[in-house]
Amino acid sequence: MNAWLDTILVLLILTNLHLLGSSRISACIRTVAAQALLLAVVSVLAQPSHVGLRLLLLAAVSTTIKAGVLPWLLRRASREAGVQTEDEPFVGFTTSLLLGLGLLGAALHLAGRLRLPLPGADTPTFLVPVALFTIMVGLLVIVGRRKAVMQALGYLAMENGVYAFGLAFAVEEPMLVEMGVLLDVFVAVFVMGIAIHHISREFDHIDVDRLSVLKD
Amino acid sequence: MSTLPSIAHVLLALLLAPLMPGVINRVKAWFAGRRGPPLVQGYRDLSKLLHKGAVYSKTTTWLFVAGPIIGLACILTALLIVPLGSVPSLISFQGDFLLAAYLLALMRFFTILAALDTGSSFEGMGASREAFYSALAEPALLLALAAMATQSGSLSLSPIYAAVNWHAMTSLAGPALLLVAAALLIVFLTENARIPVDDPNTHLELTMIHEVMVLDHSGPDFAMIQYAAMLKLWVLGTLLVGIVIPVRSGWWPVDLAVGIAGLMALAALVGVIESVIARLRLIRVPQFLVAASVLSILALVLVMR
Repeated sequence: MNAWLDTILVLLILTNLHLLGSSRISACIRTVAAQALLLAVVSVLAQPSHVGLRLLLLAAVSTTIKAGVLPWLLRRASREAGVQTEDEPFVGFTTSLLLGLGLLGAALHLAGRLRLPLPGADTPTFLVPVALFTIMVGLLVIVGRRKAVMQALGYLAMENGVYAFGLAFAVEEPMLVEMGVLLDVFVAVFVMGIAIHHISREFDHIDVDRLSVLKD
Repeated sequence: MSTLPSIAHVLLALLLAPLMPGVINRVKAWFAGRRGPPLVQGYRDLSKLLHKGAVYSKTTTWLFVAGPIIGLACILTALLIVPLGSVPSLISFQGDFLLAAYLLALMRFFTILAALDTGSSFEGMGASREAFYSALAEPALLLALAAMATQSGSLSLSPIYAAVNWHAMTSLAGPALLLVAAALLIVFLTENARIPVDDPNTHLELTMIHEVMVLDHSGPDFAMIQYAAMLKLWVLGTLLVGIVIPVRSGWWPVDLAVGIAGLMALAALVGVIESVIARLRLIRVPQFLVAASVLSILALVLVMR
């Protein structure tokens, strides 16, 4: 059981690194969707003693939204904007990968220092650093990428990290909080999708750095 | 008696190494719908080259002659150090994986020197690329081996690979070992100048790396280079096969046979890889190699936590 969970957490780390190293937007969207699917498996494996109908239902809903609806929305937005690749990121792909390693080290160090009040002895200790890592990678993608779609993806990755962090404590109440967060994320990405559409129609590109020249 | 399996491995390696490129080419031909060269083409090429004379340019010095000889000597020594699965290596001591890595580096160094010695700008270009990419592949190899050394608590290749078994694969170290295997596969493809890093078939394109360095060698010298390249496939292949096929039956002929079958399967896999994916653009190769290092470091982090 634990070895399976470890394998999935390692796969999560790999999806994060892929998100940092890939320039194709469609590949990145798939990566974030895969992350949500992996997290669904984690939510079942992480607290085997708490698995019930309610938890399964909540996990199913959040996975449908994060692995199905939101990727579809973003794919549509990037297709309509005619943007397939992130050409000139602020932080290069190789640099991002190396920074990602540094972030992983930082996440491991931080998780070791945090002394979180984890419930029960069967809580997987590796989940917290992976969650922190996912959040940091999301932030790095938001800061380091030029295309608006990529920034929305970074936001989604960050939300995945928050979700994973909640899973480490996942008794059912935090799941309710999670549903509230999920609603926010859904609305936010929805708005971002529409915004991306409008930006691309207005300016023929979705490079966010050039939005700073907008003045009233 | 205890060294018998190791001696058998070395002899079989010397004998069967030319089969690996044969298998690769056969698989590639099968993908392309051709019949392809016979499996023993490697032996035929070597024997043809050995019957020819060598031609030396007047501008070359002793370095040009020494390059193939030292290269072959390095890879032969490395062959004595690497184990094949649970079949131990002939020579084994603490820290021998560093020697194996640096024997490969020495081999490359002399190939580069011999290429530069010809004075051809074309070969110099290939030498520069070889030096650049191998510098990026080396951390991936060493960190991958370091991760395995940490996992097994030993600094010698034979105990390191003896510690890889079904139990280790299904325990917490399993994901780390798979990451190491992925990193080693990338190193394997890079060091042996295969697709997606280098295309062994393009002799006259500006993007090739390894093949361009040996253009001026001929006859027995070129045979030595070819044979060294085949043995390099074998040596780096054993490092990879030892992880992904954790069969440790306890009876060495079985282990040896499984290991050699694994090497041939690896050659077939290389053939498949070369058939289904294209060579990376030259500027994308460093990112590919950095990814290998990242996988190695991740494995190291996993086994150290």
